[in-house]
Amino acid sequence: MRSIVSKRVLAGVSLSTVAALALTACGGSKIESTEAADSGDCGTFTIAINPWVGYEANAAVIAHVAETELGCKVVKKDLKEEIAWQGFGTGQVDAIVENWGHDDLKKKYIEDQKTAVNAGSTGVEGVIGWYVPPWMAEEYPDITDWNNLNKYASLFETTESGGKGQLLDGDPSFVTNDEALVKNLGLDYQVVYAGSEPALIQAFRQAEEKKEPVLGYFYDPQWFLSEIELVKVDLPEYQEGCDADPEKVACDYPVYDLDKIVSKSFADANGPAYQLVDNFNWTNEDQNVVARYIAQDNMSPEEAAEKWVEANQDKVEAWLPQS
Amino acid sequence: MATTTMTGSSTRTTPRRRITKPLAVVGLLALWLVAWTLLRGQDMLELPRATLTDLHHWLNDVNDSVGASRNSSPIFLYFFNEIRAVMDALVTFVQGLIAQPAYARPVPVLGWLGVVALVSYASWAFANWRVALLAAGGFILFGLQGLWQESMDTLALTLVAVFVSLLFGIPLGILAGVSDRFHRLITPVLDLMQTMPTFVYLAPLTLVFLIGPASATIATLIYAMPPAIRITAHGIRSVPAPPVEATDSFGATRRQRLTKALLPLSKRTIVLGVNQTIMAALAMVTVAALIDAPGLGKTVIKALQTTDVGTAFNAGVAIVVMAIVLDRVTTAASVRAEQGGGEPNPRIRRLLLAGFGLVAAVCSYLSYTYLWASEFPEGGQLGEYLSQGATTVTTWAQHNLADVTAAVKDGVTIALLNPLEALLAESPWWLMGAVIVILAALIGNLRAAAVAAVCVGLLVGTGLWNASMITLAMTLVATLLVVALGVVIGVWMGRSSRADRVIRPVLDAGQTMPAFVYLIPVVALFSVSRFSAIVAGVVYAAPVAIKIVADGVRAIPESTVEAATAAGSNTWQTITKVQLPMARQSLLLATNQGLIYVLSMVVIGGLVGAGALGYEVVAGFSQGQLYGKGLAAGVAIVVLGIMLDRIARAAAQRSDRAPSPNHT
Repeated sequence: MRSIVSKRVLAGVSLSTVAALALTACGGSKIESTEAADSGDCGTFTIAINPWVGYEANAAVIAHVAETELGCKVVKKDLKEEIAWQGFGTGQVDAIVENWGHDDLKKKYIEDQKTAVNAGSTGVEGVIGWYVPPWMAEEYPDITDWNNLNKYASLFETTESGGKGQLLDGDPSFVTNDEALVKNLGLDYQVVYAGSEPALIQAFRQAEEKKEPVLGYFYDPQWFLSEIELVKVDLPEYQEGCDADPEKVACDYPVYDLDKIVSKSFADANGPAYQLVDNFNWTNEDQNVVARYIAQDNMSPEEAAEKWVEANQDKVEAWLPQS
Repeated sequence: MATTTMTGSSTRTTPRRRITKPLAVVGLLALWLVAWTLLRGQDMLELPRATLTDLHHWLNDVNDSVGASRNSSPIFLYFFNEIRAVMDALVTFVQGLIAQPAYARPVPVLGWLGVVALVSYASWAFANWRVALLAAGGFILFGLQGLWQESMDTLALTLVAVFVSLLFGIPLGILAGVSDRFHRLITPVLDLMQTMPTFVYLAPLTLVFLIGPASATIATLIYAMPPAIRITAHGIRSVPAPPVEATDSFGATRRQRLTKALLPLSKRTIVLGVNQTIMAALAMVTVAALIDAPGLGKTVIKALQTTDVGTAFNAGVAIVVMAIVLDRVTTAASVRAEQGGGEPNPRIRRLLLAGFGLVAAVCSYLSYTYLWASEFPEGGQLGEYLSQGATTVTTWAQHNLADVTAAVKDGVTIALLNPLEALLAESPWWLMGAVIVILAALIGNLRAAAVAAVCVGLLVGTGLWNASMITLAMTLVATLLVVALGVVIGVWMGRSSRADRVIRPVLDAGQTMPAFVYLIPVVALFSVSRFSAIVAGVVYAAPVAIKIVADGVRAIPESTVEAATAAGSNTWQTITKVQLPMARQSLLLATNQGLIYVLSMVVIGGLVGAGALGYEVVAGFSQGQLYGKGLAAGVAIVVLGIMLDRIARAAAQRSDRAPSPNHT
């Protein structure tokens, strides 16, 4: 019995071998070897991709232009901010194309180690602050003034907030003064750390859907704001230097000029890719369009960039190196 | 790893102690409660979020000085840089074989057809045709999901990490198996490697080994190597004495004793170690993506940025499938290694080996030469169906279950978590520390108490005592839930092999699905809260506990259960009077492992609202000036783990010597 089965198996094996060999004879297009394409005088251009969609929008557009207009070979590396800055010194990262403040990193890498230089503004303004879902702003119009926050504190109570109102803080990448703010403004709130951006977005999304109260730390530009337009709560206005002592902060966050940082050697070489990064400048609205393509229309960053570039040739022209 | 944690020498106990122990524990707890009501809120050692201690500043400085010396120090120039070069070359080589365009070709050397053929052939040759079919099906699934290249990138990195882990792990394990001294020396190191949160060492790794495949591989193998060492050592140590003595009596040298007796007899356990190493490596796929590791992890992380649960789930499924395929193949291979293949006719097997080998070679050649066999045909909609399905289910659950789940969250938080946290975190630190040490002495032994005392000191030293106690409260509640699930589902699976067959794959999925995939659904159901963190821990830890209990229940001789049934016990009585008491060892092991697994999810908990140590680690990874504090928090997690593990082990050893508690 057993050996008959085995013989059949053997027959099957040899048959399929023959069939496979036969296929070789008539089988489709062959793989051609590719010679490395000549990349012109641009060479390889490495962009760090920090993990948020707005950043990805900047990077995708710059990468698209660098590839199609300048013939660069673009390498994207997915890295958190801190690690991307480290990469300047080791020559592994050429550019960071949306930087939120990070004065500590600027001091360390631009002033002390001198491995990075600032390549100017992206034209995008970053706003950080406390936000409520739109239904709350409608139902309690005066909630957007911080003076009234204590009146509503009990609305925001959760199992996590120890009998006070809950102020939901978010992504640990962002600088927060919120504990000090709560204390110094005498607010009856407890800061609860959501710990990640997705958790924060999910909390806001559900709060709007079910008309539940939530007060949380958020920022603009962010693709989620085009899904739900969160409303900012006004804290005491920011004055130059009012946040100098982190323990004593009692004012709103400054408006950040989101800038570009490049490695020193990349800047010194002054190649076409550097000039592109240096010239790159657009608006919050531009970035939001591309971010929406990526986050809501499910396009790949490359497709999104291509679509935007096609519609905005005039802006792109202005970024190209003048030679 | 499951089988190794409870071994060790047993300790003496005296009958007098045993009688007074429960009373003493109750007395201690009562005293604690009284003291707590009087002293609540004093000396809690709270540290504000933005405040750093001297230790944290010092750790920051150390980190900076390492970075500054990178281009001048000879350690970098001649040691780390060499390691990096070798690792990079290895990964790039394997990627060029199966994943990335290489050697002036637009595609990798082997296309999908060749990979599927070779994997199936190897599975059949080393294991059996059933797992070969599973492997072929699993790999084709990656293609249908639209994730062929990502899967191969992940496979390439995993293979290299596993290869290097075994290259060093097995010899070290053998050494730890034959030398007690080395075993004692390396155990705490392995504990550290397995419980130190990866987030803590990702940034320093990229500083030392730069951004690239080398850092990702090293991050992976730090976590994946310990099981290889532990299980190899365990295998060598549990070789029964008679055969070894027999070899010795023939005048074998030490080397012969190793190669002729110890190694062959522990072969199966060592293969199990390979299996666990692979699982551990796959567990790192998503975290390594944070430092640009290529593959499925990137897909998950990117999807998370746009809160796209469906896409993350699709990639998560590919990781689960890869884990299950590799697990089943290596398990079957270990069975074969022990029992042989069972073929009656070695000549036919040799013919088949050659025949199938030829088929695999032809397929490889085809995939090398022709585009259709190289790039997986597009148009597979499976990935889209999977992600739409996952999105639909999540949305449905969010709309229809959220009220129920919110009630569960509130109930557990108010009734269990808040009181426990108040008790642990609001006791003065010296009171809490004393309670821990005395408790360790009472339920364990003096040695455990000494370890506990050192650990309490270290926790205070990290500057994060209060956060540690909040994390401890969450850990204990999660472990309680894990054990409850372990007993209920484990007994069910142990009693019914049908239940086992259905549930086991679900457990495998729970263990290998990256937590990043279910972060958003968990938050959707349980909002941003400590309970969400507990749920994430339970999803990961319960499968281990359930499996251990199920195996324990099944290991009870059938005649014992039949005797109980014959004596008129109903099902409930059989379970509570016979099966559970007899599986006591497994219950203890399940508790211990459940605890360790829960602790390994503390950092993930920090991403969904746990605060405390988990958040500190995440924040330290995200912000340079908090690095030192994050590292201290990582150390605190390790210390908590070691403390709980040693106390639990001592208690387990002690209860081993106690008589069985049931007399009916």
